[in-house]
Amino acid sequence: MSTSSEPTAAQLIEQIEALQKRVDQLENNRKDQLSIAVVSGDLDKIMAAMVISIAAAAMDTQVKLFFSFWSLSALRDARKKAEGKDFISKMFGFMLPRGYNKLKLSNMNMAGMGPVMIKYLMKKQNVMSIDQMFKEAGELGIEITVCEMSAGLMGFKKEEFIDYPDLRMAGAATFVAEAGESSIQLFI
Amino acid sequence: MTQEELKAVAVAKSVDARGTACPGPLLEAKKAIGGVAAGDVMEVLSADEGTKVDIPKWCTKQGHEFLGTVEENGYFKIYLRKK
Repeated sequence: MSTSSEPTAAQLIEQIEALQKRVDQLENNRKDQLSIAVVSGDLDKIMAAMVISIAAAAMDTQVKLFFSFWSLSALRDARKKAEGKDFISKMFGFMLPRGYNKLKLSNMNMAGMGPVMIKYLMKKQNVMSIDQMFKEAGELGIEITVCEMSAGLMGFKKEEFIDYPDLRMAGAATFVAEAGESSIQLFI
Repeated sequence: MTQEELKAVAVAKSVDARGTACPGPLLEAKKAIGGVAAGDVMEVLSADEGTKVDIPKWCTKQGHEFLGTVEENGYFKIYLRKK
């Protein structure tokens, strides 16, 4: 009986080698990189994201932060304003915290007393302030990507965000692509 | 290394990170290590308990040799040899 349709041993070996190459390639694709989808706009969660990012950067891990939805409030610069907003965008701008120093705590906010107490304790116990965290993050080359769609929804414009060395606007596909090549992916 | 050996080791660079809490000491260690020659010893002074665990992890990742920790009064000294 003819066996012309069955692969020969040589062909099988060739196939295995090709697969082995592909597996090696995939394994090497995972970079020493941390990707975080930062969605919460609470002070505690933003700080957690920043502390983890700074620790990772200190360990020479590349860090890419994707800011989406409520977290955008953290990136607002209270001194900056953007023109040409509609009524709803203006309302959002009015209601949401103006920058990381104005964020609420997810627990024990107590009408603003909580954040004041936390900041007092942080200072007392020599924890970096949130201002310092963003400054260090910028110096360490931590990349911030702002979700274009969330910014559009809330009516935030790029010119309203903080002065940060590596801040850009992009879509969810950017996060997916970058997270796909990261060895650590987090959602905060 | 024993405590006596650690205390006697020649330190090329000392980083005083006692004024910062996590992740400050790690960050200061990262900033300082660039100025240390390969094979030389760096010490990190910290009052933050977490640093005792974090620095060895950092050493493992970066390939530096963690030598040990010496407890002082209210803080500790962490020794490592740069790869």
